[in-house]
Amino acid sequence: MTRHVHDERSAVSTDRSAESTREPEGDPVLSLEGIARSYATETALSELSVSVRDGEVLTLLGPSGCGKTTTLRLVGGLERPDAGRIELHDDAIADADRGGFVPAEERDIGLVFQDFALFPHMTAAENVGFGLNDHSKAERRARVEELLALVDLADHGEDYPGELSGGQKQRIALARSLAPEPDVLLLDEPLSNLDVSLRVSMREEIRRIIDETGVTAIWVTHDQEEALSVADRVGIMNDGRLEQIGRPETVFERPASRFVATFLGRAGFLSATVADGVLLTEVGELDADALVGVERSDWGALSEEAAVDVLVRPDDLRVTPTSPADADGTITRRQYQGPSFVYRVETDGGDTVQSLHGHTEVFDVGESVRLDLVANHPLVWFPSA
Amino acid sequence: MSVADRLAEPFDRGGKGSHPIGLTLLSGAIAAAVLSPLVWIAMRVLQVDTEYARSILVRPTTVEILLTSLALVAAVTGASILLGVPLAFLTVRTDLPFRRFWTIAVALPLVIPSYIGAFTFVMAFGPSGELADALAPLGIGSIPSIYGFWGTTLVLTLYTYPYVFITTRASLLSFDQGLVEAARTLGTSRREAFRRVTLPQLLPGITSGALLVALYALSDFGTPSLMRLDVFTRVIYVEYNAFGRETAALLSVQLLAITAVILAIESRIGDSNRGAYVGTSPKESETTVSLGRWTAPALGFCALVVCLCLVLPIGILLQWLVRSPEGATRIASGFRLEFVLNSVQVSLAAALVCAVAAVPVAYLAARHRSRLAELFDRATYVGYAMPGIVLGLALVFFGVWYDASAGGISETLLGSNVAPGLYQTLPLLIFAYVVRFLPQAVGATRSSVRRVDRSLTEAARTLGRTRSAAFRRITLPLIAPGVIGGSALVFLTTMKELPATLLLHPTGFETLVTYIWGLRESADYGAVAVPALALIVVSALSMVVILSQEDNA
Repeated sequence: MTRHVHDERSAVSTDRSAESTREPEGDPVLSLEGIARSYATETALSELSVSVRDGEVLTLLGPSGCGKTTTLRLVGGLERPDAGRIELHDDAIADADRGGFVPAEERDIGLVFQDFALFPHMTAAENVGFGLNDHSKAERRARVEELLALVDLADHGEDYPGELSGGQKQRIALARSLAPEPDVLLLDEPLSNLDVSLRVSMREEIRRIIDETGVTAIWVTHDQEEALSVADRVGIMNDGRLEQIGRPETVFERPASRFVATFLGRAGFLSATVADGVLLTEVGELDADALVGVERSDWGALSEEAAVDVLVRPDDLRVTPTSPADADGTITRRQYQGPSFVYRVETDGGDTVQSLHGHTEVFDVGESVRLDLVANHPLVWFPSA
Repeated sequence: MSVADRLAEPFDRGGKGSHPIGLTLLSGAIAAAVLSPLVWIAMRVLQVDTEYARSILVRPTTVEILLTSLALVAAVTGASILLGVPLAFLTVRTDLPFRRFWTIAVALPLVIPSYIGAFTFVMAFGPSGELADALAPLGIGSIPSIYGFWGTTLVLTLYTYPYVFITTRASLLSFDQGLVEAARTLGTSRREAFRRVTLPQLLPGITSGALLVALYALSDFGTPSLMRLDVFTRVIYVEYNAFGRETAALLSVQLLAITAVILAIESRIGDSNRGAYVGTSPKESETTVSLGRWTAPALGFCALVVCLCLVLPIGILLQWLVRSPEGATRIASGFRLEFVLNSVQVSLAAALVCAVAAVPVAYLAARHRSRLAELFDRATYVGYAMPGIVLGLALVFFGVWYDASAGGISETLLGSNVAPGLYQTLPLLIFAYVVRFLPQAVGATRSSVRRVDRSLTEAARTLGRTRSAAFRRITLPLIAPGVIGGSALVFLTTMKELPATLLLHPTGFETLVTYIWGLRESADYGAVAVPALALIVVSALSMVVILSQEDNA
């Protein structure tokens, strides 16, 4: 059984290295080149290079310990890199090789801390005005009022941080960082200290404020939904490295590595072998043109009978109960999620994949099932590990 | 400054968690100053002839002093546990009526210096005291003597058990009753759960309080002296006054050695304490023990302790104050307001110096967790552990040595001795107080520095403030309550400090403490009332300051 999967985007180049050319235009404001940073025993960052363009919101996403917060602290000037160079508007602000370092207070880079770090002995207005030390008194008052209005807290200027709710503290922290009009705004997991119910509205609010001020921002988070929804571009970090960077939908649909594929959304892999220009999988053959990156250089290098893994997400597959003789595998787990079921299927060949079904399609664990590929987009593959 | 200029700056690694050099040097200098008295004692002992030293150390009286001291420490510590632990349990875990009142009342004896307590006990129970006077008409001619071992044990216990009470109370409050419930669901009986779960959790608290008591009992000078018990501190003072300075130095070293042993035990307990499980806030109402018919005896127990520690001494002092017009006139003639001002003056000076010295040491220790920072931090505690009489003696040696050397140099160079002296001057006295009480300021300051989240100063820096500006604008205002609280504690303890004051106060410079001490042999107890009450009031006021600081924190 041969399944043809239509590539609706076949018109666009599928060469991943070329993707960056399609990203929003803009001059780089900030660039990191070959940054490395290690603590006593562990390496927090190795060979990180990334640039941020004027006016964009770049989110850095990754599991805890991946180096994303270290990246922010290096950019903010709270840490020094062991190697590499950071440039702001083409001026070096940290250069490990030449031994130069601009301290945090001279960088014009704002940082919103995870725990907000509001000064408890100052009112909200005093906090917001803290970074405006070069302004006259009148200018400062006007700017503070402007920012309090921007974050919708015009009436709370005289409150102390202890009197503010979590969301209000977050807004004041944001206003305080924006007050001196920084070149770049850094946000370190800005929503992680808020109630879950508040996070979605708060992230939209923060994005609105960023858009209104037009500031360039780097937003660090470990929440993939947050990262994908607020970003112009998202960078996926793992183990001190940048695994992939691009538009949210590109990164989700065309993950550059297994790590990115499994970190974003649910992922299953079907093992396949190359035979005569097609892929043989347990659930049938796949035409080479149904795959992303067939033109990829390493495709040509794949010899006959080379083993590859094809990424299939739960919505790419459907299961149908059938007799054990016709079956491709067995249901090993059922997860009820309210509107839908996710079934985990162990194939006869030993692959584990998942399949998404409506809440009325009820099958039992242990049932023999046939698997059908229903994806309407090109599939991503990786050489077998 | 252009970026290129900045790039040319040397790449100092300060931001990588290494020590800021200035702060480290400053802390090191403060630590060295605080440690210096040990050097003076050691130098003095090394001058003593070895044979003579041996004969002093093994003579029977020295052995007897050692045994008496150890017995006193053991008795006071044991008795303090017997008083402090039940009181803590009653005020934390039971439905004792007026718990809040008792909690404060049984901790209050800390406000009364133990030698004032000893004074009043001698007044009340001594051979010509209140009790003897009251019993004489009934034909009872003699009562058991308050002097000696048991009297000293009684008085010291009554004024030191609050240490055990406070530490045990803290353990009980932080103890998660859910652990006992967990143990019960795992099949242990109530008794076994207490032995295997509750006790191991409470033991570190009880032990740390008990060790404080042991250190106090070993180093206290006033009480054994007033109650005529020959322990190290009393004998060192007697020898010093009888010009037996070498003997005094030798005994001091012996006393320091015992102190070191107790401290070593304490530091090991402190280590094991770190593993203590700190539970979520205990649900008090669910686990309170109902006293039932034990309510009356429990109330009686609390009342008895409070009567002995607080009501009796204060009552006696008040009675002396109002008793006879004759007494009142003698008080007026002997006592001068100047003594109070002198006490306040030196105490304020000590508190101020401690506040200034504590900030760098505490800041380094709290912000830079390194061996060096910890070493400096620990070093400040040495003076605290050093018995006051030994510290006083060490600084006497230093003062005398300095005066002789400086005088000699001055005469050689200038032909006459114009160098300012140090022995029996206010700076040396204030230095002694700082050495003794600096850790109180360091401790309070360090914990308040730790409470200031690092991200606050980082936020200030990303908002354009330099490191020192961030310290001034953010850290300093936030740690101010801790620094002030620590200094208030220094003020309180300095006001009532006895042994170092006796040895080091300038001639003619009388404080409340030296005035009270001067009356000890006079049997003129009425004259003690005013200064003693004044001391208690000052102590109590300082305690109020400390408690209000804690509430704000």
